[in-house]
Amino acid sequence: MTAVVQPATGDPAGSGAPGDGPGGRPRRSAGRLLAWLVLFLFIVISLAPFLWMLRTALSNNRTLFTDPDSPLPIDFTWGPLERVLGTATTEEAQAEGGSGASLEFWTYLRNSVIISTAITVGQVFFSALAAYAFARLRWPGRDKVFFAFITALMVPPVFAMLPNFVLIKNLGLLNTYPGIVAPFFFMTPFAVFFLRQFFLGISREMEEAAMIDGAGYFRIFFRIILPMSAAPMVTLAILTFINAWNEYFWPQLVGQDESVRPLTVALAAFRTATPQTGPDWAGLMAASLVAAVPTMLLFLAFGRKIVNSIQFTGMK
Amino acid sequence: MAVARGVRERETAPRWRGRETGVALIFLAPALLGFIAFYAWPTVRGVYLSFTDYDLLTAPDFSGLDNYRRLLTDDVFWNSLWVTLKYVVLNIGVQTVVALALAVLLHRLTRSTVIRGLILLPYLISNVVVALVWYWMADYNLGIINQMLGWVGIDAIGFFGDEAWAIPTIAGINVWRHMGYTALLIFAGLQTINRDVYEAAAVDGAGEFRIFFRITLPLLRPVLALVLVLTVIGSWQIFDTVAVTTQGGPVDATRVIQYYIFDQAFTRFDFGYASAISVVLFLILAGVAFAQLKLLRAGESDQS
Repeated sequence: MTAVVQPATGDPAGSGAPGDGPGGRPRRSAGRLLAWLVLFLFIVISLAPFLWMLRTALSNNRTLFTDPDSPLPIDFTWGPLERVLGTATTEEAQAEGGSGASLEFWTYLRNSVIISTAITVGQVFFSALAAYAFARLRWPGRDKVFFAFITALMVPPVFAMLPNFVLIKNLGLLNTYPGIVAPFFFMTPFAVFFLRQFFLGISREMEEAAMIDGAGYFRIFFRIILPMSAAPMVTLAILTFINAWNEYFWPQLVGQDESVRPLTVALAAFRTATPQTGPDWAGLMAASLVAAVPTMLLFLAFGRKIVNSIQFTGMK
Repeated sequence: MAVARGVRERETAPRWRGRETGVALIFLAPALLGFIAFYAWPTVRGVYLSFTDYDLLTAPDFSGLDNYRRLLTDDVFWNSLWVTLKYVVLNIGVQTVVALALAVLLHRLTRSTVIRGLILLPYLISNVVVALVWYWMADYNLGIINQMLGWVGIDAIGFFGDEAWAIPTIAGINVWRHMGYTALLIFAGLQTINRDVYEAAAVDGAGEFRIFFRITLPLLRPVLALVLVLTVIGSWQIFDTVAVTTQGGPVDATRVIQYYIFDQAFTRFDFGYASAISVVLFLILAGVAFAQLKLLRAGESDQS
């Protein structure tokens, strides 16, 4: 890769190769610099909306209009965050241009945590059990059933959602945690597929040795397979949690009630209830920011795992 | 190895096989329950409901092809198909080109996981939050985008309020959310291309442009086809952004197909009709996937 010649000038892709040797020619350096600039621009575009969200969330909504293009918070205040977290009084809220209506933020946060955690634990565990049956056990019709699971990847969620709604309603589970969690709790085709691929790659030797020692399948699964798959299971759990946390369509159908409503649904409702004239932009951005914080924390802690998992799914 | 083989042979003996089936059933039971209850059965039921008149309160009433006949003359339905198609073309067109450029840049410049992570970040934030942030940034009066247009002397644009702008705006928002994710999928594909191919081309004196169009792109075709299957199918199901921002308006400019299904089912309680529209959406997606997988095959045979 050190011998790339004739860079195309002005072409954003026309850069040098990674690991360029020392003393690259000036023209090539120019192309490379330009490429870095474009990449830097992409990063700025990816991040700028987050900074704007933060800047607005720390502004006074009443005076926000005075300087709409200032990059810094207008009339810096913790007010919007206090409004969202419920620590501001109605008077304080209204003084800063909030509606004064209370947002049961902590309830929604609790709901999001309960729902996402339940989905993650159930889905990863049950999918792992099934993936083991597909990867290691021999039983009639195995490949046909696996094919059916994979086909389900192709069925658009909206198609199953209407009948699922009817089912949950008939079971009397509307506006309950089990109703919101159920369709994602037992499996997703992706989770089964992901784990099966990994289990297939585990060497059989340890299992066979354990089997000779008289260990049963459950013992092998819990003592050998699960510990050896800790890394992909954690990755899958993170992805599942983020997806569950971000899910909007399904909980908005079955979880509109305040007591079970997750953050996404609450935020969308908050926006719809916002008056068209003089909306509480600062409050809205503060709420969005707080709703995004858990995902960002997961990202900070497990960014590398997440990035690498995306590449794995791309290679399937 | 010989020992392993011996064990495997013993496993496949009938006594073992019978036991394994029982064990497999236990391992499989929860996932199978979920699969049947929330994937297989609803799919069958969805097709059935599309042939009925059903308002959720009384039992479904079989009505034959009535719902499908009604579709043929429903202008709002045809409009929703058209609007969704416009969205998909804009969204996927721009997103794929941008992501491809981004992936090539990443591949050529850096192995940094941090940079890849930063670019992926928008994808990890929920549609609802993303929609709200852009709803604010693209606000007619105070939004920063219109302020910036003002700096260069362009009149403010009603990004969500103008019929001509609403769909491009929503498409743009989702390009922003998905471009990093799509770029990483393509990046993974780029990494599978053998470096020798590039070196050979470079030795032959091929320029960057030539290398990209003559080598990278053809070799990337199977990966691109797979990425397109994933992104196009996702794109047809655009809902969250519309629900949070325009809710189908102005007029019906953003009444995309999934929003129309939602509308029919949950504001008009016409579940039969909504199911019929879902069946049509399902058929479109199956067609799209089938066509693209054919393309993928073509891409594979190119290389052999």
